[in-house]
Amino acid sequence: MGNVMTNTVDPSEVAKFEAMAAEWWDPNGKFKPLHMLNPCRLDYITTQIAGEFEKDLDSATPFAGLRILDIGCGGGLLCEPMARLGAEIIGVDAAERNIPVAQAHAAQSGLTIDYRHTTAEAMAAAGEQFDIVLNMEVVEHVADPLAYLTACQQLLKPGGLHICSTINRNPKSFAMAIVGAENVMRWLPKGTHEWNKFITPDELFDLMRNAGLNPVDRKGFVFNPISWTWKLSDRDLSVNYVTAALKP
Amino acid sequence: MDNPVRVSILQSMNSDLLIVGGGLNGPALALAAAQAGISSTVIDALPTQTRTRNDFDGRSYALALASKRMLAALGLWKQLEAHTQPMQEIKVSDGRVGDAEVFLGLHFNSAEIEEGPMGYMIEDRYLRTVLLDAMDSNDLITHKPESRVVSQANNASQASVTLQDGAVLTARLLIGADGRQSGTAQRAGIQRTGWGYGQTALVCAIDHEKPHGGVAHQFFMPAGPLAILPLPGNRSSIVWSETEENAKSINALSDEDYLAVLRPRFGNFLGDIDLAGARYTYPLNLTLANSFVGERLALVGDAAHGMHPIAGQGLNAGLRDVAALAHVMSHAARRGEDYASPQVLARYQQWRRFDTASLAAATDVFNRLFSNDNPLLRAARDFGMAAVNAVPELRRTFIREAAGLTGELPDLMRG
Ligand SMILES: Cc1cc2nc3c(=O)[nH]c(=O)nc-3n(C[C@H](O)[C@H](O)[C@H](O)COP(=O)(O)OP(=O)(O)OC[C@H]3O[C@@H](n4cnc5c(N)ncnc54)[C@H](O)[C@@H]3O)c2cc1C
Repeated sequence: MGNVMTNTVDPSEVAKFEAMAAEWWDPNGKFKPLHMLNPCRLDYITTQIAGEFEKDLDSATPFAGLRILDIGCGGGLLCEPMARLGAEIIGVDAAERNIPVAQAHAAQSGLTIDYRHTTAEAMAAAGEQFDIVLNMEVVEHVADPLAYLTACQQLLKPGGLHICSTINRNPKSFAMAIVGAENVMRWLPKGTHEWNKFITPDELFDLMRNAGLNPVDRKGFVFNPISWTWKLSDRDLSVNYVTAALKP
Repeated sequence: MDNPVRVSILQSMNSDLLIVGGGLNGPALALAAAQAGISSTVIDALPTQTRTRNDFDGRSYALALASKRMLAALGLWKQLEAHTQPMQEIKVSDGRVGDAEVFLGLHFNSAEIEEGPMGYMIEDRYLRTVLLDAMDSNDLITHKPESRVVSQANNASQASVTLQDGAVLTARLLIGADGRQSGTAQRAGIQRTGWGYGQTALVCAIDHEKPHGGVAHQFFMPAGPLAILPLPGNRSSIVWSETEENAKSINALSDEDYLAVLRPRFGNFLGDIDLAGARYTYPLNLTLANSFVGERLALVGDAAHGMHPIAGQGLNAGLRDVAALAHVMSHAARRGEDYASPQVLARYQQWRRFDTASLAAATDVFNRLFSNDNPLLRAARDFGMAAVNAVPELRRTFIREAAGLTGELPDLMRG
């Protein structure tokens, strides 16, 4: 499966993938907004996992023994930290070109990570099971959110943790995410998001319940334009937000 | 699939960090990193004995309260405390040699803030010895004295340096803690911005007849500021700034003549004075690295910024770099991020370079304003000092700033 790429790729291709990986991981490049948001996302993910599975984040590899799936892994911005914390992580992406790019960067980081060109639905159909599913900034892109979240639910072991972040739907999130992020700050490539696909936190909780998940927490990601950093917020979920849910 | 395993290049590294420079900031960083489980190799060109000579060499530091908290968090304050002198008050005055009456324009008293003394004076020899001893008894730290770094080669995966004997050491991250002339910064192609003040600091310690009562004095003279900083007992540290020419001729004097020049500047409020150790001169130039980070590289302390010691902030600013870098690295490690990656180093750069550039600029303006005998400027600054003195809230803000308690504090300095 995942690693067949490593056997068939020729060296000039590797150089190309490394260059693309450098682009993915450039803190001031195309994915700057994602890099700025990443510490905040990781803080949420790591504390939720540590809390749910009773892990000590001060130990060297606190997530050893946990099997994690990252849907829409891109260049590996979440997979690499999870691997460093000791988890068995599988990153999947529907965009085939992302897979060798993520593999090239993992090799430079001294990590081997199982990256696969596939979808959550296909993984669920194959009967794969995980302790944790990371579903970050994906649900706003899918055609049928309920079917998609049902696949995510099937991928979890009983008691498993589902972490899902997305963008709220209101005039402010429209302004921030579409006008702001895509046009003004060029945070995300144009056309990445369609506003009518955005989901409110209440709608997401309803969708998750219908998919057989039990929502337990939600927080906002709030951007501070003065310190130019993101913070987690209990109250302000008006633009970007993140949720945690458990499979009963 | 198997669990992900780190490939062998990481296992063959000498340590997580390679720290070039075993002065003050290098060892402080190694100790702070060790608290977060991060291992270091500390390399210094000089033998340990040269760095810890136990004779008093006249150098001492004004440790701000934030720096004290950090040394306490590193478990070093107990050994240091007996050798420190708390600074209870700071008196700032505008004076001209020969003026009968010295106007006491500004008076800061630590009784005005709840955190305690504004700072602590300590001699260089005690601080250095305690840092080196702590380093040597820490399992996560390897000390390589008498090893000069001659070249370095960093790439996306690792940092490496070559020593003069040809040995190659590798790590995740290279730290330049090698002082104002930082070869580590030069080898990475990091340029510096700097300018001279045309001033030289004459540094020495003096014994005096009367007790200082824990009061630090800063006199602003036309040639440059004179600081009298209290050490334990009837002893004070002097940082005396003069024009380069004056300093050169004063430094050429015998001890007796040197004291004869110092006495009228000093006044007689501490009784008779005598030299207590060696005399130093220190050119007052400011040098700021244009970037504090590079590929798998971070600069701390004087390697990042050499400052005018007018406000006693040189070492304090370095310890703040150390605390900020340790903070950024340990938080990154807890999230599973690679703390030597460009995104993590950018956070350190963003935090510290801005702070430092503004402190350096403020110190510079302060010094230019005060090292001037223009009557108009003099009237303006006397008026400014009187205004600050009259408003308690303003005064408290200055005290907190001098104690290093303003701005975003790293974990190690929160107390
Ligand atoms: C006379 C004087 C008075 C001062 N007074 C004050 C004061 O009152 N308050 C205050 O806050 N600050 C003061 N300072 C500033 C303070 O001394 C510095 O900020 C502090 O020493 C900086 O420490 P550091 O560890 O960054 O660098 P340094 O102490 O300069 O240490 C650098 C180390 O790197 C080593 N090194 C360099 N190149 C290499 C190489 N290629 N390979 C291996 N090793 C190498 C050197 O041997 C050295 O040990 C004063 C400085 C002086 C000189």
